[in-house]
Amino acid sequence: MLTEEKIKELEKKANDIRISIIEMLLEAKSGHSAGPLGMADIFTLLYFHTLKHDPKNPFWEERDRLVLSNGHICPVFYATMAHAGYFPVKELQTLRKFGTRLQGHPHREYMPWLENSSGPLGSGLSQAVGMALADRIDNGANTSRLVYCLMSDGELDEGNSWEGIMLAGKYKLRNLIAIVDRNNIQIDGYTEDIMPLEPLADKWRAFNWHVIETVGHDFKSLNEAFEEAQAIYEKPTVIIAHTVPGKGVHEFERDYKWHGKAPNKEEAKLALDELRTLSGKIKSEHQ
Amino acid sequence: MLNPKLKLNPKIFSDDVEQIPIRTGFGQGLMQAGEIDKNVVALCADLTESTQMHFFANKFPERFVQIGVAEQNLVTVASGMSAMGKIPFCSSYAMFSPGRNWEQIRTTIAYNDRKVVIVGSHSGISVGPDGGTHQALEDTALMRVMPNMDVVSPCDAIEAKKATMALAKSKKPAYLRLVREKTPVITTEETPFELGKSNIFWMPDVGLAQVGIMVTGGLMHHALLAAKELEGEGIKIKVMNMASIKPIDVNAILELAKETKAIVTVEEHQIAGGMGGAVAEVLAQNYPVPIEFIGIKDTFGQSGTPDELIEHYGIGKNSIKEMVRKVLKRKV
Repeated sequence: MLTEEKIKELEKKANDIRISIIEMLLEAKSGHSAGPLGMADIFTLLYFHTLKHDPKNPFWEERDRLVLSNGHICPVFYATMAHAGYFPVKELQTLRKFGTRLQGHPHREYMPWLENSSGPLGSGLSQAVGMALADRIDNGANTSRLVYCLMSDGELDEGNSWEGIMLAGKYKLRNLIAIVDRNNIQIDGYTEDIMPLEPLADKWRAFNWHVIETVGHDFKSLNEAFEEAQAIYEKPTVIIAHTVPGKGVHEFERDYKWHGKAPNKEEAKLALDELRTLSGKIKSEHQ
Repeated sequence: MLNPKLKLNPKIFSDDVEQIPIRTGFGQGLMQAGEIDKNVVALCADLTESTQMHFFANKFPERFVQIGVAEQNLVTVASGMSAMGKIPFCSSYAMFSPGRNWEQIRTTIAYNDRKVVIVGSHSGISVGPDGGTHQALEDTALMRVMPNMDVVSPCDAIEAKKATMALAKSKKPAYLRLVREKTPVITTEETPFELGKSNIFWMPDVGLAQVGIMVTGGLMHHALLAAKELEGEGIKIKVMNMASIKPIDVNAILELAKETKAIVTVEEHQIAGGMGGAVAEVLAQNYPVPIEFIGIKDTFGQSGTPDELIEHYGIGKNSIKEMVRKVLKRKV
């Protein structure tokens, strides 16, 4: 259960993370905008409520494992981790620059507390399956550690994704929770034009997963989805989170052109003005 | 003569020399590695007996994962298990792993620095009747260009067993290249084996060698027979075993090149990018000498018996002898 107060706190945090995303993309001059903004609420809930983790002790053995499969949305990953205390927020300005720990796609060699390096699509879920299987070998089905895999809808075009989905169903990995960012866009256009995924929930169900569909921007229903996923015993669970790509910046929302593009100065100003005033709900501190 | 220090199989040149598939050595080594370390796990893509993983799977069913015919999943699941402290060995035919899943190996194992051993069985032309689709002739090249990836190609079943156990202890990702068919047993339990080290198996009774033959994998017996017959013709040879293709034993290569000033490399793989190429890279930079390459010449294989194919593609004993004579003529 989330209290109203906690929800307000999370909303504020998600907004701060969106501001960081725009600032870092502006500074980097390249990178992905739509996915990171769309996933800001889910990352916020995970890192500030759901996940068992400790930024002061990142290698804590009992931590939950979070695998980011679609590495290109790493601006939201980095921004959330910085706000959670893994590294200084000001380091976000080094994104994609020479010598940075914040590689264009996440790399464990530079940031050892990441669970995996990623970018090439379709492989993250299988790595998460491997982690869940290994944990079951050591601790049995009642293991208290959970493995979360964040993935995109576009990467479900990859055969490797379905190989992982099939294996998790076979081994009934209750300790595995996949979250699909169902934002309906990929680089070349809308998913249903490029390679239709629907009926998506039925497909996962057919592979013996428990399926939950929810809105990806409502903390209350997202939290209920995670609680349900944790309670399911017989199967792995996928949360198909319906998100708005570019969420939080009106100009960017639902437009696939923002999938792989960073904002220029004017666009960033527009975005930051909107985020800093929470869409006009509060007076900007800069006015 | 056979290098007496290495305690090689004294029956190497007998007609009744024992023959065991190299892949069987892997299967036994994996089972032993599993007894020594409970973190060793095994994954297979529907070729458990074929890759000889069944020894392990039968003994430690709780540590065996049957992936099904899905090689991309095979290595990515292994990467995840490694992240949790396991030591995964994943096996399939070399044509499919690393043939089909190269990018997944690169990103989730090598780049990600996850200790996984990729076991490619049924490499080379000697796969035989299955034909060209199943004869991996490019896998050494694929794997040796990958940073943070060791490449090992044992010469017989006993060495394969030792290599498997050594790889279970090593901290790095690795590719283990195996051969399907029975091949003569060259080494014994007492023969030393160390990752990254190459040893001289055959040497002149007295004096310096005129040509150095460097061999990797299942063609070692052909090379030793060639060396022995050439000795009868008065040509002194040293034969070096190149089980470790990466890291490659630079010192051993230079020592042999300096002694012989003429090298022949032998492998069941495309000449392009194989062990011979690795040797050429070392010598061209440090001590250029004439080199001839025994290997597949930019072509695919076909059905046939291993012996027919080895003869047809010019990688057996007679071709090795021919190449030795050729490189001798090129010596400065």
